[in-house]
Amino acid sequence: MKILVPIKRVPDPATTIRVLPDGSGIATDNVKWVINPFDEIAIEEALRIKEKQAGSEVVLVTIGQSTWQEQLRTGLAMGADRAILVKNDGYLDPLALAKIIAKVAAGENADLVLLGKQAIDDDSNQVGQMLAELLGWPQATFASKVEFADKRVTVIREVDGGLETIAFNLPAVVTTDLRLNEPRYASLPGIMKARKKELKEVAAESLGLDLAPKLKIKSLTAPPKRQAGRKVASVEELVSVLHTEAKVI
Amino acid sequence: MGDVLIFAEHLGGHFPKTTLTAIHAGVELAQKRGASATAVVAGDAPDAVAAEIAKYGAAKVIALAHPALKNYLADAHAAALAALVKKTGAEFVVTTATALGKDLMPRLAARLGAPMASEITAINDDGTYVRPMYAGNAMATIEMDGPVKVITVRGTAFDAAKPAASVSPIEKLDAEIDAAALKQEFVSFNQTKSDRPQLTEARIVVSGGRGLKSGENFKIVLEPLVDEMGAAMGASRAAVDAGFVPNDLQVGQTGKVVAPELYVAVGISGAIQHLAGMKDSKIIVAINKDEEAPIFSVADYGLVADLFKAVPEMVEELKKVKAH
Repeated sequence: MKILVPIKRVPDPATTIRVLPDGSGIATDNVKWVINPFDEIAIEEALRIKEKQAGSEVVLVTIGQSTWQEQLRTGLAMGADRAILVKNDGYLDPLALAKIIAKVAAGENADLVLLGKQAIDDDSNQVGQMLAELLGWPQATFASKVEFADKRVTVIREVDGGLETIAFNLPAVVTTDLRLNEPRYASLPGIMKARKKELKEVAAESLGLDLAPKLKIKSLTAPPKRQAGRKVASVEELVSVLHTEAKVI
Repeated sequence: MGDVLIFAEHLGGHFPKTTLTAIHAGVELAQKRGASATAVVAGDAPDAVAAEIAKYGAAKVIALAHPALKNYLADAHAAALAALVKKTGAEFVVTTATALGKDLMPRLAARLGAPMASEITAINDDGTYVRPMYAGNAMATIEMDGPVKVITVRGTAFDAAKPAASVSPIEKLDAEIDAAALKQEFVSFNQTKSDRPQLTEARIVVSGGRGLKSGENFKIVLEPLVDEMGAAMGASRAAVDAGFVPNDLQVGQTGKVVAPELYVAVGISGAIQHLAGMKDSKIIVAINKDEEAPIFSVADYGLVADLFKAVPEMVEELKKVKAH
């Protein structure tokens, strides 16, 4: 099975995000860049499938600047086989990203595209679903379990109020939720090997796609800050203020 | 100016409160854009739910029927809605960012070649929208180009529609779906059984974090407090990660966003990802033994204490208050 894993470079989740005073973006000095955590789960799942199904190949793809090679190398060090960097400098909206990944998936003859349910920077949660539609493939978002029986895939999805099970044949798009797995760390031999693995660069504009954004970000502002209240000394006082002052119980 | 289609989510003959939020937001959008709002109820037999939805103030309700819409599946629903958008010439499609809304709307947008705004918190008069990014650490003003725009709204940012003076007219339509092109099969839905209120609908939410140390402690320590308060139970991502509770209890950036009247955070340190999901609650209470925990920076009332002592004490105190 050929598995394509699109990944995104995002600020480390522990980073404090500050909006620039002119609203043009966020301050990126002192930001540590990492693979989007949900995409890391996707890489891990792809590697586990490969370990069970001999002859499988795991291909990473990302869309961004040359510096994004860093995250591709990390994914290769985890165990992916090769990587593709689609070079692009400007802003792309989720639909344009999905178009690029669809083109790569078709070119690679991928059987499965596994990616994070959302990127933790813009929190859009759109690309996987758009990709599935553009390819005309079935989709399973928010996966907490993925099982294969030949070409048939059964996915348990984390939905409101419970767990839903759906099934379909490959090829397909699956987006990962938190509990699908716990990603491995890259081993030292893995890091050494990753240096020699293929990392191909393709220019986004060479793909012949209309990538003009239809969704534009005009400006960013910092959210209103919530004021801290006060400390209470005891449980008795807490219950009392909730009852008499806040009047919520 | 094209109209607004509101996708009205429902399950088993009922609809969640978030469906009323979608109607309210869709009607507000229609008013601001000088358009008319139509609610769409899709299903194999949507008439009964459509009759209920018709009480909430949309200009019209469409009962969109097809056997392939019996259970929710993204491919069939996206196909049916896209055909309806083309047929009606609608400019906007709106729903709430529930698990279903998040699954469906991007697929619909791609099918229509349309841009999508996820989880908006405000509709501006100048044609722009506001949505949170970076776990709510930045609020983006966005604009969309094109003949069709797809929108999900954040459930906590809009009111729920109330029953209107008149009942909306209902139009019955058969959905146009090429059944041969459908590839997804519904297998089963394993609903979490609970007598407690829904997390996104509850007046009070009590959430536990890693400080509870085990799933067992959620049961024996936290649940008595949850039930004494008549609350919904939530959890931090750390507690879900540790396997203490299922993911559908997760409050935060990658889980559910809640804004109850009272939010009680027990043994939760308050990572920004958690604050993203609850900081708009009216009153926030934090119980944590670490007085430096960031949760105290957003709490109206903070109690620095060992939760294993404080929580059972709180249950007793609440009983006393109730007895008065």
